[in-house]
Amino acid sequence: MQDIHELTIICGVDKSGNREDVERIRICPGEIVGIVGPTGSGKSSFISDIEQLSQGDTPTQRKILINGEAPGRDIRTDPRKKRIAQLSQNMHFLADMTVEEFLKMHAKSRNRNFDTVEKVISIANTLTGESVHPDHQLTILSGGQSRALMAADIAVISDSPIVLIDEIENAGIKKQEALKLLACEGKIVLVVTHDPVLALMTKRRIVMRNGGVRQVITTSPGEMDVCNELLKLDNYIMSLRNTIRQGGLVEEAVIV
Amino acid sequence: MKLVVVAGTPGSGKTSILMHTIRSLKQSGTSPAVVKIDCLWTDDDKRFNRLDVPVRIGLSRDMCPDHFAIYNTEEILQWAREQDAGVLLNETAGLCLRCAPYPDDCLAVCVIDVTTGPNTPLKVGPLLTTADVVVTTKGDIVSQAEREVFRERVNEANHDCRIIEANGLSGQGASELAEIISEMPDVGQELSLRHNAPLAICTLCTGEMRVAKEHHLGVLRHIDGFTEYKGE
Repeated sequence: MQDIHELTIICGVDKSGNREDVERIRICPGEIVGIVGPTGSGKSSFISDIEQLSQGDTPTQRKILINGEAPGRDIRTDPRKKRIAQLSQNMHFLADMTVEEFLKMHAKSRNRNFDTVEKVISIANTLTGESVHPDHQLTILSGGQSRALMAADIAVISDSPIVLIDEIENAGIKKQEALKLLACEGKIVLVVTHDPVLALMTKRRIVMRNGGVRQVITTSPGEMDVCNELLKLDNYIMSLRNTIRQGGLVEEAVIV
Repeated sequence: MKLVVVAGTPGSGKTSILMHTIRSLKQSGTSPAVVKIDCLWTDDDKRFNRLDVPVRIGLSRDMCPDHFAIYNTEEILQWAREQDAGVLLNETAGLCLRCAPYPDDCLAVCVIDVTTGPNTPLKVGPLLTTADVVVTTKGDIVSQAEREVFRERVNEANHDCRIIEANGLSGQGASELAEIISEMPDVGQELSLRHNAPLAICTLCTGEMRVAKEHHLGVLRHIDGFTEYKGE
């Protein structure tokens, strides 16, 4: 199969039908790009344009190229040939199946071995509080468990050179660990986020407004310093959260 | 003239997908006409009318809507020819899932809703297994993994179909469907069904209201699977 060395987004129109402000965005393997903007500004649509490898056939009229060319129909539709994994904002499964049945079926649809199933479940259980079992019904899983399972599924079964992540900070799973799991070396990663730590951990961020791309900002050295400070604060908040979750007390403030 | 028969489970988004497909067809210079078959009530003619295409409604009332659609195919085709249509889009309201209203010489499109779960493609029967194109809708509501599992199940039920992931709100998938329609051949003369209609030759079919077994005649199937003929 052909290697992916470049993903190109050719811009389309915003919600008012006006041309977007950035004509072309090129992303290479190894790069994590953030997508930021107010709610309703078109971040998820941007991600789903890439997931569908749109060719001007969605309301945004964007075109997505791989290695500078429009991908063929097979690559666009057949999950066995598709090179894109997406973690959407969905928090629940609707399929009336057990975890194991579902993962086996998904492994089959992506041409993977069934031994990936066990791996997905064990990775999911490192991200979530209460364990997921193979014989659980998918529909009874909590939002966090579902999200953890979806993330682990992407890391193992849907393992693809292009990874799209929509608001991983939701659902109370360990966001930095989840991001590390999904954004392995050599992948093209796009992360929709409202979280300042995640946004500043990226190399560049795309700013959305009114359904269109407004600008692309490269993270400056100053912002990286801010990010490092924020990381400490964030880890502190995470440790507090964990203590409170476990029924502990947090009576002494530790100012970072 | 081409014939497209669109069937699918209630609420799966048949009309919405057709609306977007009609726009695409018109843009590429094809003139579509629409026939909508429903059971008791519909106001979809108003929706289609907004697109400025010839629309005709058929209500099947007591008759099975699929049988009604099949029985009226000649009349519907004649009407569409009178409208100078390049393609007739026939949307049916198939309900019982035992038969499929597709003649051999049409493009058979089955619209199915992803949120109904990955077991649905196995339950839908000939409506799906004899379709040329299966359009899956509402995929934006579930995860990518669930969409892919659903697709796998559709493939298991029907190996040879083209699957289009569509969205009735955004119009995703409609241009692909319009392209397939424009590439298909015209409808022929002697149409034959792809799949037979189900057994429907008992006294209930002719209006018997009483429930007790003693009142029923004809070809009858018991819950244990035993099928018998009762009558003269």
